[in-house]
Amino acid sequence: MIVGTPKEVAAGEARVAMTPDSAGLLQKLGYECIIQAGAGEAAGFSDAAYKAAGVTVIKTAADLWKKADVVAKVRQPEKAELKHLRKGLTLISFFNPAGNAEGMEAAKAAGANVIAMEMVPRISRAQKMDALSSMANIAGYRAVIEAGNNFGRFFTGQVTAAGKVPPAKVLVVGAGVAGLAAIGTSTSLGAITYAFDVRPEVAEQVESMGAQFVYLDFEEEQQDGAATGGYASVSSPEFREAQLAKFRELAPDMDIVITTALIPNREAPELWTEDMVKAMKPGSVIVDLAAEKGGNCKLTVKDEKIVTDNGVTIVGYTDFPSRMAAQASSLYANNIRHMMTDLTPGKDGKLVHDMEDDVIRGSTVTFDGEITFPPPPPKVAAIAAKPKKKEVQETPEEKAAREAAELKRSLNQTAIMLAVGGVLCLLVGTVAPQSFMQHFIVFVLSVFVGFHVIWGVAHALHTPLMAITNAISSIIIVGALLQVGSSGLTVVILAALSILMASVNIFGGFLVTRRMLAMFQRS
Amino acid sequence: MSIGFVTAAYVVAAILFILALGGLSNMEKAKRAIWYGIIGMALAVTATIGTPGVGAYWLIALMIAIGGVGGWFVANKVQMTQMPELVAGFHSLVGLAAVFIGVNADLEMHAAIAAKQAGTVDQLAGFAATIAHKSAVELSILKVELFLGILIGAITFTGSIVAYGKLAGKLSSAALTLPFRHQINLAAFVLCFALGWLYLSGAGLWTMLLVAVVSGAIGWHLIMAIGGADMPVVVSMLNSYSGWAAAAIGFTLGNDLLIVTGALVGSSGAILSYIMCKGMNRSFVSVILGGWGGETQSAAAVEGEMIAIDADGVASALMDADSVIIVPGYGMAVAQAQNAVSELTRKLRDKGKRVRFAIHPVAGRLPGHMNVLLAEAKVPYDIVLEMDEINDDFPSTDVVIVIGANDIVNPAAQDDPGSPIAGMPVLEVWKARTVFVSKRGRGTGYSGIENPLFFKDNTRMFYGDAKASLDQLLPLIQ
Repeated sequence: MIVGTPKEVAAGEARVAMTPDSAGLLQKLGYECIIQAGAGEAAGFSDAAYKAAGVTVIKTAADLWKKADVVAKVRQPEKAELKHLRKGLTLISFFNPAGNAEGMEAAKAAGANVIAMEMVPRISRAQKMDALSSMANIAGYRAVIEAGNNFGRFFTGQVTAAGKVPPAKVLVVGAGVAGLAAIGTSTSLGAITYAFDVRPEVAEQVESMGAQFVYLDFEEEQQDGAATGGYASVSSPEFREAQLAKFRELAPDMDIVITTALIPNREAPELWTEDMVKAMKPGSVIVDLAAEKGGNCKLTVKDEKIVTDNGVTIVGYTDFPSRMAAQASSLYANNIRHMMTDLTPGKDGKLVHDMEDDVIRGSTVTFDGEITFPPPPPKVAAIAAKPKKKEVQETPEEKAAREAAELKRSLNQTAIMLAVGGVLCLLVGTVAPQSFMQHFIVFVLSVFVGFHVIWGVAHALHTPLMAITNAISSIIIVGALLQVGSSGLTVVILAALSILMASVNIFGGFLVTRRMLAMFQRS
Repeated sequence: MSIGFVTAAYVVAAILFILALGGLSNMEKAKRAIWYGIIGMALAVTATIGTPGVGAYWLIALMIAIGGVGGWFVANKVQMTQMPELVAGFHSLVGLAAVFIGVNADLEMHAAIAAKQAGTVDQLAGFAATIAHKSAVELSILKVELFLGILIGAITFTGSIVAYGKLAGKLSSAALTLPFRHQINLAAFVLCFALGWLYLSGAGLWTMLLVAVVSGAIGWHLIMAIGGADMPVVVSMLNSYSGWAAAAIGFTLGNDLLIVTGALVGSSGAILSYIMCKGMNRSFVSVILGGWGGETQSAAAVEGEMIAIDADGVASALMDADSVIIVPGYGMAVAQAQNAVSELTRKLRDKGKRVRFAIHPVAGRLPGHMNVLLAEAKVPYDIVLEMDEINDDFPSTDVVIVIGANDIVNPAAQDDPGSPIAGMPVLEVWKARTVFVSKRGRGTGYSGIENPLFFKDNTRMFYGDAKASLDQLLPLIQ
């Protein structure tokens, strides 16, 4: 079958859904690859590079749509593109099914199968094809770079001959994929980075990336992020107030604010209010990654960069991934390629659209002339880790009391055992003769010495310990030696055999222990 | 040599034995400590041979020579993976020797009593001479000790042989569960003690021979009923028994050196068994009564899927990792993969990565077995750590490789109170960023318990024979 990628028609879109690298891997899956002339130009992939990778370059989009059995593209198809849909064609692309009833109707009418890349379920198996995450990652990175571009000072603090430069302070609101990428970029540039998220369980991830998590003084049972597929959900008004109060407190200090707060299928929540913008220092930068959905700051203008009256720059671009077209294309093309791998179980260039598969079912929006959106909830639970149950901290008094109780219990046990042991010894003493008791003392003392000595043996040396005790237990040879001189023939034979067996053990045991110990080497 | 001198030699030998065991507290001391043991043994044997009344020197020399050559041969030929079998096999020899010496003691006793009645005590030599001077009470105590020596010795003998068979793969490692097996064992023990009572009341040697046979059967049956995974406990227990048998014989012969040494060995084995049982969170009694393993339990069902990975994936994760922990299990020994593991360790360490090993107390078929195997493969011992030392480090570890281990890394032990291994201390490998599990197939391990670790999001299954998998992986680490 043939996989084709047309040139993106949306204005300003520089990405492309197939790279020479991904084409090579698709060919390994048994597909033939075609691409429209100039499709990769804006992302830095020339037609010649595609040809070198064995991709056929097709002149016009119409031709390409006609030839291809599978079309992979980036942006949601426009009206002109929807006309190319036909029965048996598989389209893999962003599709925005929730807001694109028209597109779905068109696909249904044409009988094309559409896989919407934003619908890939958020389960671990599907992470490799999660295009939203890979694009969000780029957006997060680029947001920091864009902010730096508009910020007149260093990120990192420096002490130079000319004077001291304080480090920039960056606040990232929303620690999703984009937020975490922004945090990582910002900390590695040397800025002091703060991060906030309504899901307290991400605090650990934030801190692991070197940023400080901003905690609220707010007691509320937050809904577990795992229950909503790892996404944030709407919070209560009280919680919102507490959150805004915290931001208000932080605003005058922050040099750069990057907001990434989005709630699926809703307008972006307003988190950075006008008065916060006013409170910021001149020269500060806000990058609003939620601009597409109305922005986390109401002053944000979609797709534009504005400067407020008090000199704060607000960046509202929505095309960050496209601004890094080479990187974005190679990641997106990889997502597509992984999707194709899952669609090609036989690796024979034959696409099998398995509607039983959770990932494929979840991302398919039209199939065989039916609209299959929205999909049933995935069977596998989502990725986010459950918040750690707080360990019950015991107060020092409780701890002391517990330890005292434990000590008392163990002392009591020891006392009981000593009492029982003592009584038993005394009982033995009442009946046994003197000669036995003398040996008995030796025996009891040896057991005690044995216990003390053996507890000190390193765990790593337990095997040599067994081998050496084995050799030593052959001290039983002494008994046989004392008997072998007897006058009875049976006694002599048995004793001789015992000597034989014990000496096997003595020599074998010691030698093998030596062999083992010699192997233990320090590095 | 005078008796006084012999006794003095025994004291020195006993002290040397204690030092030999105490020296095992660390690797460097241990290399010297072994010589204490050897010198102690040489001293004890020489002094005994020099004791007045010991004869048949040529026979002694011959037997020691044959035995020495045999022991030397076995010790040099044995593979380190076969250590469990070897130790079990050696135990059986001690057990049998204890039985023989016990029987001899009875024969000598009768000879002594006969001589006493005939008035020819002066003609007796060696052990019989000592017995002849004993009072009636002392003789009954002697009989009790003799009975115990034979009983324990015979159990050790057959038990060790079965343990050897199971460990060497000559017998099925599955637990043999006869109907009414507890009752059978109990009845056999009652029979033994009844025979012992008869013997005390004057019955002849036949009672002791019967005791040897019956207790031999007990030993066989007890160990047959214990599954392969519980063998570390069994071997340490038999180690302990061989010590107690020696101590019992020591009482019989009135020899303090035997008593001291037997007690040392006995307590050593007892402590090892205790440590092993704690490592599995099971009581000693439940292990010894056996019959565990292979039963299907109604533990919580595991959801999710096992995700496989190939050598390329493992290699690239290893190249990206800074800290790696390797968790070996019995599977590594079975596949003889320790040299490949060592090679992998060396390569990763050369790249400046931090590589360590985590050893669970019951990994392998013998306490400390993994340490010996890794040492043989030239893995430095200071990067081989115990469970308690390393368990807190897993959350900060990039990659964990589990090789041929299963139950010791099973999170169900902590999460699932319904699991048969609930409460057993385990290595918390799942807290690491990525876990690779090298495993032959999808089946469950020895205990037959499903392992939720394999279904975790951060776990990848690296299927295949451990050695073959690692050999495939090694060239990819450049």
